[in-house]
Amino acid sequence: MRTTRFPARASGIAERVAGFIAHLRLNGIVAGPGETADALAALGHVAALDPAEARLAFRAVLAHDVESAGRFDDLFDAYWFNAGRTRGGEEHRAARVTPAQRPALWRAHFGDDATTPSPGAEATGPDDNDSEADGTDGRLIATRTRSLVQRDLRGLMDPEILAAAERVAHDLARCLRDRRSRRRRAAKRGAALDLRRVLRRSLARGGEPLDLFRRRRPDRAMRIVALCDVSGSMTAYARVFLAFLKGLIDADTTADAYLFHTRLMRVTPAMRDRDPLRAAARLSLMAEGFGGGTNIAGAIGAFCDAHAARAVNGRTVVLILSDGYCTGTPGELAAALQRLGRRAGRIVWLNPLAGWQGYEPVARGMAAARPHLDALLPANSIASLAALEPEFAKL
Amino acid sequence: MSFRELQASLAQTGYVADDALAMALHLALALGRPLLIEGPAGVGKTEIAKALAAVKGARLIRLQCYEGLDAAAAIYEWNYQRQLLAIRAAEGMGEDALFTEKYLLKRPLLEAITQAEAPVLLIDEIDRADEEFEAYLLEILSDFQVTVPEFGTITATCRPMVVLTANGTRDLSDALRRRCLYAHVSYPSPEAELAILGLRAPGLEARLARQIVSVVQALRHEELEKKPGIAEMLDWAAALSGLGINDLSDDPAAVQASLVCLLKTAGDRDAVPPELLARLIGRAA
Repeated sequence: MRTTRFPARASGIAERVAGFIAHLRLNGIVAGPGETADALAALGHVAALDPAEARLAFRAVLAHDVESAGRFDDLFDAYWFNAGRTRGGEEHRAARVTPAQRPALWRAHFGDDATTPSPGAEATGPDDNDSEADGTDGRLIATRTRSLVQRDLRGLMDPEILAAAERVAHDLARCLRDRRSRRRRAAKRGAALDLRRVLRRSLARGGEPLDLFRRRRPDRAMRIVALCDVSGSMTAYARVFLAFLKGLIDADTTADAYLFHTRLMRVTPAMRDRDPLRAAARLSLMAEGFGGGTNIAGAIGAFCDAHAARAVNGRTVVLILSDGYCTGTPGELAAALQRLGRRAGRIVWLNPLAGWQGYEPVARGMAAARPHLDALLPANSIASLAALEPEFAKL
Repeated sequence: MSFRELQASLAQTGYVADDALAMALHLALALGRPLLIEGPAGVGKTEIAKALAAVKGARLIRLQCYEGLDAAAAIYEWNYQRQLLAIRAAEGMGEDALFTEKYLLKRPLLEAITQAEAPVLLIDEIDRADEEFEAYLLEILSDFQVTVPEFGTITATCRPMVVLTANGTRDLSDALRRRCLYAHVSYPSPEAELAILGLRAPGLEARLARQIVSVVQALRHEELEKKPGIAEMLDWAAALSGLGINDLSDDPAAVQASLVCLLKTAGDRDAVPPELLARLIGRAA
């Protein structure tokens, strides 16, 4: 938590409250002048001299969600009682990626070295490497070693592959249409009459409803959420799948992407980065655990816990990109998929191994997972992904 | 009216509100702002609006949200059948005569702002409605007026007391959140739950009431798909007193059978075998 010193001398209550709002803002709670006015108005309706009442009143007015309501008490104490050290609230902040809060290791890759000088000159991002090569000697050497480690991932941002992946992702996304919309839109033909328009037009014909307009339920795009396995056994396919993910994110503004090996991380913001090289660098950093074991059930469970409530609804297709080799037991995987299936509209598993000739889902995990999937499809290259279009249309 | 007084009068109607909720409600009324209430299912979010209506002696207008809810179902719709008949009956009827309030079907939102006295408007499970509806709602909640293209703008004759509930099916937009005061309601503490039970089922023996509350609180710590809420707890208490059970440890079979009131899925039934129930009851005694 960031602390703000309580102003020992302030001209009045308004200034102190404004200071409190600034303190909240500093700690990541969205609040502005409107909230200041609300807080002051609220004080007029309670016993403002009673700290307990004032605390309740401020919380009702200033907290806007569960998370901020939960840590409001600490923030309140920190400001009004100067009790702020670093207690609570910290873990919430850690989850939020703002320039000022990135771990030192990351700074190099986001190009904000100027504002927050990182320890050691070796921390020059790979993107600097390409934009201008006039660093000092030390920087250049360090850059090279780093890019050796990360060449694999950065190579994937080859514009051609990316363009192809984007096209495929776009086509696949287009195939996933939901026909269960409950709103009706005006249309040339459709099941229901658009009485409002019929009547309006009938006035011109002396009240005779001659021209009939219709309404029907439009098809709506399904939202796509992709969970991509980047463990050791998937290294060979990571390139294709990451390009596909990037394509998906670029083609569809509502899509959401996650990577997992033993942990799960959301990579949508990194993928959305407009600078492809910086996006690759951010991804490489996130994928630091690349090549380890996989805990698919754990990752899906973590996804259900942390993200599913927001990211998944009945109109969502969850794509799982994994070979199914996993350290967990098949039972755990089945349970996790079942749990996810209750929320998601469809679950599709794209398995690179399934593309091999004569492949049966030998991995026991896959056998257990099969009943909970809407489709298990082979895919190990952009071309094979493109070939999935008819399969997707069937979903 | 201070928030303590509000809390007391809510208690008189049978609703036990904790300090935070009572304060949020008090400020929402005082500042004329909508109140957004979040929390798990079955903690009495909807009941708050009913209790508020009872306290204020106001009408309760409820809008249940669902996916695909649109303006025609939430705000207004023209009564086409009557319009058609009217055109037939009066030859050469003008447009002005046709699009009047006479042919306007008021849906909950429009109805709420055209009352003579301020009603309580309950917008239930707002997170089930889609983003488009949220946008409509923002406009109405900020200006309290509705524009009907054929007709003109209808401004509010009163400012309804608005209560919105949500339980996390979908994330709400920041714009909506900022327009509302916020209260998070979670499962009540044992003392609060005992007070609720005492208010709602006054005839219950104190010992049985304590046992019921203790078992339900313990069940909420179990790994259940759907945790029992307050409504379920009250159902269970009613069922037990209907069965003539005065002590939970007396008749394990009947108590086990009465769990249908608390556990609503097959998986949850299996998760609470008789042994576990006996242990929970034993701990309660």
